Amino acid sequence: MNFIPFYQRWRGTILLILALVIGWQLLYAAIGEVAMRSPLETLHDSFVLLAKPSFWPHVQETLAAFAMALVIAVVSGLVIGLALGFNRLANEVMEPMLVAFYALPKVTLYPIILLSFGLGISAKVAFGAIHGVVPIALFTINAVRNIKPILIKTGRVMNFSAWDMSRRVLIPAALPEIFSGIRVGFALTLIGTLLGEMFASQRGLGYMLMTAIGLHNVETIMAVTFMLIVFAAAISSILLAIDRRLHKRA
Amino acid sequence: MRFFGKAALLRIAVVLALIALLELLCRTGVIDNFTMPPPSRIAQDFWHLLIAGKHFAAILKTLGNAAIAFGLAIVVGIIAGAVIHGFAGLREALEPLFATYYAVPVFAFYPLLIVLFGLGEIPQIIIAFMLGVIAVIMNTLNGLDRVPRVLLKTARVNRLTPSETALRITLPYATPYVLTGAKLAIAYALIGIIGSEFIMSKGGMGFEIAFAYTNFDNATMYPLILLILVASIAANSVLGYWERTLLGRRGQQ
Repeated sequence: MNFIPFYQRWRGTILLILALVIGWQLLYAAIGEVAMRSPLETLHDSFVLLAKPSFWPHVQETLAAFAMALVIAVVSGLVIGLALGFNRLANEVMEPMLVAFYALPKVTLYPIILLSFGLGISAKVAFGAIHGVVPIALFTINAVRNIKPILIKTGRVMNFSAWDMSRRVLIPAALPEIFSGIRVGFALTLIGTLLGEMFASQRGLGYMLMTAIGLHNVETIMAVTFMLIVFAAAISSILLAIDRRLHKRA
Repeated sequence: MRFFGKAALLRIAVVLALIALLELLCRTGVIDNFTMPPPSRIAQDFWHLLIAGKHFAAILKTLGNAAIAFGLAIVVGIIAGAVIHGFAGLREALEPLFATYYAVPVFAFYPLLIVLFGLGEIPQIIIAFMLGVIAVIMNTLNGLDRVPRVLLKTARVNRLTPSETALRITLPYATPYVLTGAKLAIAYALIGIIGSEFIMSKGGMGFEIAFAYTNFDNATMYPLILLILVASIAANSVLGYWERTLLGRRGQQ
């Protein structure tokens, strides 16, 4: 690989990561061992955690809850979005309500969800899903409504069946925007799931964080936070890259 | 007459129908009273909570802290947005941060902040500020991007200094977009404060809600939740109205 073009392409990201690591190291120098660990120590602690067998059930629990929440959010978001996108009146009635719900501080609803679903994995799943479903629905509505009418007319002129119409016209035209919605929904669902675990649960990474706070276990707090951020940032960057490519093609 | 169009009337009908459905489900016992009291009951409790003033201190503390975090996020966010907009290289470097920021659970920093500042209000305000400020920056940048070239040229013709240009032209033009960010910042300020009060705190509405939850005290919990939702919807509507007025004046909707 030729290094120079690679550097030019990723210069922004590389500089940002460098700046964050340097800032972290400086903050550590200023604050010290009481509250923080240095970047290198955190990296080391992360590997120590990854090597521990007792760490993996928590990862598994969080991933399972997150995956279920994401599936529910994507499927119901798409269904709501498509239903409203193709129905003008229903959309006029419902969209402002969705926007209002999107802007609600949903954390507040967590006790209600706990009461309804109990203190198990289903409460976390529900909490993650309600964070993700609305943006996916809103983006899908937008995607459907912004399909250029000429594309649909062209399809009709060519006598496309409903199947061909959706496969060759509607889906390719709406996909970039829908994907953006899924990208945003991914991030929000992850936050929702972790928040659910931090407020009340008996397993998972959010629970680990809370126990570590109780024990003032700075190593674990830093290492888990660090790994969560790396995970979230990595997946988001990949989704963002796909998103940009889809939009460029459209 | 736009205000009471067909869609708006239908929307009110849908909301009323949902409330009636909840009432019915609660009254018939499909949803038991330990999970949720009927909406009519919640409304009564809400009224009692307001006139009794028992949780007044907690309400004031939470909404006050949220207001401080919101104010900080707006001021810092607009200034940072204006500065970042001026440096294309800086912006390019920060772009991945903006794109992934909301995928990062900011609450994970709360423990760290507690260790640093103690279990008081400062960590909560910092969390709420951290959540809100990026939304303000992103929307400020979006607004500044949309300033028409002709306005900038006019500023140059009139020999305005950069700060005059910012105060008289670019920032006023960007205001409706900044307001979009401000609406998000309200939600984030409340999320930050109440979320951290849930996780660990010594007082505030989040604390009271969590306390009521552990004591099965639905007569306190539901009204407090309702109050937060009402406050957030009210603040949002005011900003939304302002945003629409500004855009309407420019002939956009």
